[in-house]
Amino acid sequence: MKKDANPDIVVDKAGAASSLSRREFLKVVGGGIFIFVTYGEELAFEEPARSQAARPSLPTDFNAFLRIGEDGRVTCFTGKIEQGQGAITALPQMLAEELEVPLSSVDIVLGDTDLCPWDAGTFGSQTIRSFGPALRGAAAEAREVLKELAAEKLNVPIDRLQAKDGAIFDKTRPQTRATYAELAQGKKIERHLTQKPALKTPAELKVMGQPQPRRDALKKVTGEAHYAGDLRLPGMLYARILRPPAHGAKLKDLDTSAAEKISGARVIRDGDLIAVLHEFPDEAERAMTLIKAQYDLPDATLDDKNIFDHLIKAAPEGRTVAQGGNLEEGAKLAAVSFDETYLNSYVAHATIETHTALVSVEGDKATAWASSQAPFGVRDEVAQAAGISAQNVHVISPFIGGGFGGKTRNTQAGQAARLSKTTGKPVQVTWSRADEFFNDTFRPAAVLKIKSGISNSGQIVFWDYEVLFAGERSSQQFYNIPHHRTVVRGEWGGGRGGGAPSAHPFSVGAWRAPASNSNTFARESQIDIMAAKAGMDPVEFRLMNLNNGRMQRIIKAAAEKFGWTPAKAPSGRGWGVASADYQGTYLTTMAEVAVDKAAGAVQVKRVVCAQDMGIAVNPEGATLQIEGCITMGLGYALTEEVHFKGREVKDLNFDTYQLPRFSWLPKIEAVLLDSPEVAISGGGEPPIITMGAVVANAIFDATGARLYQLPMTPERIKAALK
Amino acid sequence: MKETIQFRLNGKPTKLAVDSDRMLLWVLRTDLSLTGAKYSCGEGFCGACTVIVNREAVRSCQTPVKTIKGKDIITIEGLAKDGVLHPLQQAFVKHDAMQCGFCTSGMILTAYALLLKNPRPTLKQIIDGMDDNLCRCGSHTRVLQAIQTAAEGMKGAVKR
Ligand code: FES
Ligand code: FES
Repeated sequence: MKKDANPDIVVDKAGAASSLSRREFLKVVGGGIFIFVTYGEELAFEEPARSQAARPSLPTDFNAFLRIGEDGRVTCFTGKIEQGQGAITALPQMLAEELEVPLSSVDIVLGDTDLCPWDAGTFGSQTIRSFGPALRGAAAEAREVLKELAAEKLNVPIDRLQAKDGAIFDKTRPQTRATYAELAQGKKIERHLTQKPALKTPAELKVMGQPQPRRDALKKVTGEAHYAGDLRLPGMLYARILRPPAHGAKLKDLDTSAAEKISGARVIRDGDLIAVLHEFPDEAERAMTLIKAQYDLPDATLDDKNIFDHLIKAAPEGRTVAQGGNLEEGAKLAAVSFDETYLNSYVAHATIETHTALVSVEGDKATAWASSQAPFGVRDEVAQAAGISAQNVHVISPFIGGGFGGKTRNTQAGQAARLSKTTGKPVQVTWSRADEFFNDTFRPAAVLKIKSGISNSGQIVFWDYEVLFAGERSSQQFYNIPHHRTVVRGEWGGGRGGGAPSAHPFSVGAWRAPASNSNTFARESQIDIMAAKAGMDPVEFRLMNLNNGRMQRIIKAAAEKFGWTPAKAPSGRGWGVASADYQGTYLTTMAEVAVDKAAGAVQVKRVVCAQDMGIAVNPEGATLQIEGCITMGLGYALTEEVHFKGREVKDLNFDTYQLPRFSWLPKIEAVLLDSPEVAISGGGEPPIITMGAVVANAIFDATGARLYQLPMTPERIKAALK
Repeated sequence: MKETIQFRLNGKPTKLAVDSDRMLLWVLRTDLSLTGAKYSCGEGFCGACTVIVNREAVRSCQTPVKTIKGKDIITIEGLAKDGVLHPLQQAFVKHDAMQCGFCTSGMILTAYALLLKNPRPTLKQIIDGMDDNLCRCGSHTRVLQAIQTAAEGMKGAVKR
């Protein structure tokens, strides 16, 4: 395999590994028209400053760029990656739209640190929401540049020119035309997008908003899509890493003699990193099982039962993230008050692909392929581990077998780099499934306390919300409540981007829609509890307590599709509703469940999700994400929970950690509503956040039993029914 | 124990000198450079490593190569014939029946064995047959649609 070529992308190499000025950069790349893009992005992972400062082979004053080559092909270069969410399809759609080229002439280069400018990583539904408009702007700008060139070449005033299908033509004489290839020929033009060019209005869109099949489907059904573990280099070794029995365990005694007797096995001990390497991965694994290691276990008493009491005690000072009115006044207005506590458990990312990296360190240079949501993070991790400059590390992003926030730390790449440096050979590290569970940055367990009250007429008059350890996102309620306050204590990343804050027995971090799953579960359960007490239908109760037209509209859209008819819960029908606002995307989910009371088992029969994300760039992709989120969300609602004792993770494979299965599948219906007047937002995360509440509310409607803790296991359901 | 093993792989006679206690998954992925079968759980729980052995879907991470002597193996790389995708592959593309795609080879091959046995399955039978294949991305709805479409299109002629 050629080292500079990702088999999934074909581009020429843009530059040598040193920080270039934009002018130098343009010297080393081929001809064409270049538009450089800068966009602001929320740095959800608190990247250390050095990351951004040390961009390797590209100038530093932009985040992405697009090129119209001399062959007329359009290429977008971005540090984002494809993890199944469909960026590989939606981004080219946006580009093709503004640039007036057929979608088939657009290429996209993702996550190659030598070709793409620095990017924080792919998470938080930022790809479409934040990068998307910038990319569209660049394409619109490129179109204007092409028009200028055409005006000169065709000798036609610019206002008579129009762009279509990769060519510019004279509106009055359409045969007077020049293709983009002709216009880009022999040119080297650069523009840095500064002011915002006019984007097409929603009514003008032709490519965006149209369903498009996935661009990567063919490779994925033939086995040709290459993930990090599928890559091979001559002379490479496969490594397995020794895993301690518990977090915080200290190695006391190590006997590797039996492992070393396996022909071809090599044991490497480099500080805390103990690995077995072999030319066959399964032989490395076999040798690993022969290593005898004794540990001192940490003195730890936390487990998945007592953790919540511990979290309540350990919670740091609060931060008020929203408030209005006066809570004391509100409490006086209340005819009925409520004081509830909700619990949410640690859950694992459990991507079907485990963390994997192939790294080849040669002298002071390295090349790395890693399953990562943050290729530039891999670059820094490898540089540090191998003791070389980040500028000399080239990271190429293969396909990624799912991320959901779990592939943002790049420990496995650092391990591979250390081992490659030691052995002088390329090394592939693949975490075993047990390693994957053990090292995961779990979604943090959370305690959510809500005090609230309603008036005699069912108006919510106050809302006092305290969020412990879930994090801020989606904690601000959106109902029309005169007196309210939301206080957040502890963040989902512990304020350290996936590190292990002392309150938790292991690392925690972002998990698909961080914070929002817990906050939405608590808020929408509380709303339902109040609706039931007020004797009102939960949909009517919500509509009455909202003065947000966009939210009301999405609730009504869901109700219409679902066929909701008003009734006070518990109605016995097993119907539930939950609404949410996630980073600008509004949604309402409705579900129907059947509960087997004797077994405590729940079957979710039907789910309707209505979503308003501004404009769905690829409605087919958005629908897929809705289906995926609903299915995945059934897991944290019903079964997924990391069991642990004394910093030892008890769930190490899919036998005890139960993922959603085919037999769980509800009938899923998606409704997409456009709001052309608001900014386009992402859809890879929102529909998962309502799943805990909608199922809890439906269980209540079916049985009258209220569940305050996720997941809603048979034991918890049976206990609630008593 | 190292021995020479013969079998048919994607229609071609294949001979391999290998420690026959090793699992088929690793022999395919390393010795034979066929990486379509994936490692995920390594213990038979997920189905990402599924391949076809004599018309049955097996979990290659749990299948020692000594058990495949003289048998007929099909991997995802061998499902298309003469450059034409198998109807199941076509249906997976048509229905966008994947997101990250890491479970996809195993899904397609499990469905292939299912349809060999039961060319006109009911939805319930498809669900039962696929239930032990895990997908984290939640592609399940589309996978079911794809299998139904493929079954209808093939009218019983499942073989690749
Ligand atoms: S890897 Fe073989 S069943 Fe999971
Ligand atoms: S598509 Fe990602 S695991 Fe199935």
